[in-house]
Amino acid sequence: MSTDLDILKDVSTEEYKYGFTTDIEMEIAPVGLNEDIVRYISQKKNEPEWMLEYRLKALRHFLKLEMPTWQNFELPPIDFQAISYYAAPKKQVKLNSLDEVDPELLATFEKLGIPLSEQKLLSGVAVDAVFDSVSVATTFKEKLKEVGVIFCSFSDAVREHPELVQKYLGSVVPYTDNIFSALNAAVVSDGSFVYIPKGVRCPMELSTYFRINAQNTGQFERTLIIADEGSYVSYLEGCTAPMRDENQLHAAVVELIAMENAEIKYSTVQNWYPGDKDGKGGIYNFVTKRGICKGDNSKISWTQVETGSSITWKYPSVILKGDNSTGEFYSVALTKNKQIADTGTKMYHIGKNTRSRIISKGISAGEGQNSYRGLVQIGNSAENARNFTQCDSLLIGDQCGAHTFPYIESKNNSSMIEHEATTSKIGEDQIFYLNQRGIDTEKAVALIVNGYAKEVLNQLPMEFAVEAQKLLAISLEGSVG
Amino acid sequence: MLSIKNLKASVDDKEILKGLDLEVKAGEVHAIMGPNGSGKSTLASVLAGKDNYEVTGGQVTFDGKDLMDMSPEDRARAGLFLAFQYPVEIPGVSNINFLKTAMNEVRAYNNLPPIEAKEFLRMMKEKQKLVEFDSALANRSLNEGFSGGEKKRNEIFQLAMLEPKLSILDETDSGLDIDALRIVSRGVNKLRSGKNAFILITHYQRLLEYIVPDYVHVLYNGQIVKSGTKELALELEEKGYDWLKESAPAASFH
Repeated sequence: MSTDLDILKDVSTEEYKYGFTTDIEMEIAPVGLNEDIVRYISQKKNEPEWMLEYRLKALRHFLKLEMPTWQNFELPPIDFQAISYYAAPKKQVKLNSLDEVDPELLATFEKLGIPLSEQKLLSGVAVDAVFDSVSVATTFKEKLKEVGVIFCSFSDAVREHPELVQKYLGSVVPYTDNIFSALNAAVVSDGSFVYIPKGVRCPMELSTYFRINAQNTGQFERTLIIADEGSYVSYLEGCTAPMRDENQLHAAVVELIAMENAEIKYSTVQNWYPGDKDGKGGIYNFVTKRGICKGDNSKISWTQVETGSSITWKYPSVILKGDNSTGEFYSVALTKNKQIADTGTKMYHIGKNTRSRIISKGISAGEGQNSYRGLVQIGNSAENARNFTQCDSLLIGDQCGAHTFPYIESKNNSSMIEHEATTSKIGEDQIFYLNQRGIDTEKAVALIVNGYAKEVLNQLPMEFAVEAQKLLAISLEGSVG
Repeated sequence: MLSIKNLKASVDDKEILKGLDLEVKAGEVHAIMGPNGSGKSTLASVLAGKDNYEVTGGQVTFDGKDLMDMSPEDRARAGLFLAFQYPVEIPGVSNINFLKTAMNEVRAYNNLPPIEAKEFLRMMKEKQKLVEFDSALANRSLNEGFSGGEKKRNEIFQLAMLEPKLSILDETDSGLDIDALRIVSRGVNKLRSGKNAFILITHYQRLLEYIVPDYVHVLYNGQIVKSGTKELALELEEKGYDWLKESAPAASFH
């Protein structure tokens, strides 16, 4: 029998299940980043002039920026000129139905557990599938159209709903926000676009599935969700990538806009390739996500389960502008081997009686490093603002690390801010206790971790909560015993 | 059911059990008493398969199988249950989910299909009543925020649910007030049958007033130095352990 520490050392890596590559003819842009490349992407996507202009402005801004240095981890230098910014399956004609999608692509998504033929889909979930730089299929489009919901790829939206895109693109995350938002705006590959009209409760879960396949490329998707007055939408994104020895960059931007009495629930199950056990390869997941509760009584809720990527660096945030609006952030971030996660949220209270709730659960195993970084800001005008933050860390083994960087800025005396934090370890005695009831160590760890993360997992839509539980268990599986 | 022959075990190279013999048959209740540091809890831990105990000699068979060859979870699945002296808290894991998982592991080991939800709930109700365990506690997270007494009672509830062949109660009476002690004892008495067996590890004779053992053994310095019936416990209560220390033979005594 091995000791606790041995076991916990072993509870590290099962082979990444989604690490296969798809052999498909691709059209890949030459490496490098300059105006010609941006024009090339825009032209490939048949974009109107205003979109190209937007991209070029962003590029010019990007070229003036330096990488940030405030992070709590060592960031390997990224050569932005060594990446290809566009990769698309070659057989890319305008698709009218799923029958026209390359069967190899359909097979890829099938293999990932995302069947795209509508008959096979869980009814109640519409999927947009993004493969490298393009969206390959969006399901249930017609059915959603009947109630006025627009759910399509970002590229389609630029062409078909320019008035909406022009109005909201960059309105929550301007390209000037940070270096990655500038990069994203310049080279946006694809992504999803959602518009829920006034008073409509979206009849099904919407989800986007992101897959990086091509080598030496990055993914730069843009998601824009607008929930008009009194509407509701629940949206989920999932992501995987092949196992590759070099690091690949994923720099997405997500913008959410909730009008009066609207609610957006945004869930992420992030499982990009985390690199191997020595930290070789893996995705750099540098994402800017922000929502604005624009109207009174609106609500935005972020839920994230982060198990993949070699470095995760993101802070899904909410600007609470409308009176009585609510922002929520529920997060489970698991790091193992040499993974790094620096994640958290920012809640900007501007309106009166605004509320925010932050529940962050970090899990560090192996040599993983997990940081919670958060800001709660109460402005002058935010009478009676309330925030509750709970920030827990769970350590597995003695080689990992957990860090917290909570920031609070309050400019209004009527506000109430609560912060709770705990750090715990999975104890040898807990595992033995479960062993003594007939539960093996692997299952015991999964049980303990899922118990720890329950408050967050409960926030996920039903179908995905089960998936996320399994994902957490699998992520910790190893040659235990 | 359980046969221990000349068992020797160490912790950090310090020998704690120094040749211990014990036979437990189905239907029997054995009490093991002894002063602090005599090796009582070590015996419980070694039987359950805790990591940091090294077995250096002897044999233990459980239902004819070599117990020391089995992993802790297999020992549990084969029907060995340890009621812990200090049950741990596992936040967020519901008692129900935990018990169902444990039960299904035991069932799978015995080639039985997972228990049906309805049957499980029926059993929960029945056993809660049997061992007087509050259903509000049964629905909470595993031991989270339970008082010492509640944790001990949860151990007995789990025992009732899992229906093990051999249960080892490691100082279950410690930290219990008299009412809790009565409830726990009543539960155990109801669970006694001709098919199962109990080993009660205790400091005090008090527990044995409620759960009457068939045999009482005195553990001293890593060996069983005296065995008898329940009267032995009374004698110990009166005289303490010192008279046994003097009479304890250097070699094995049986």
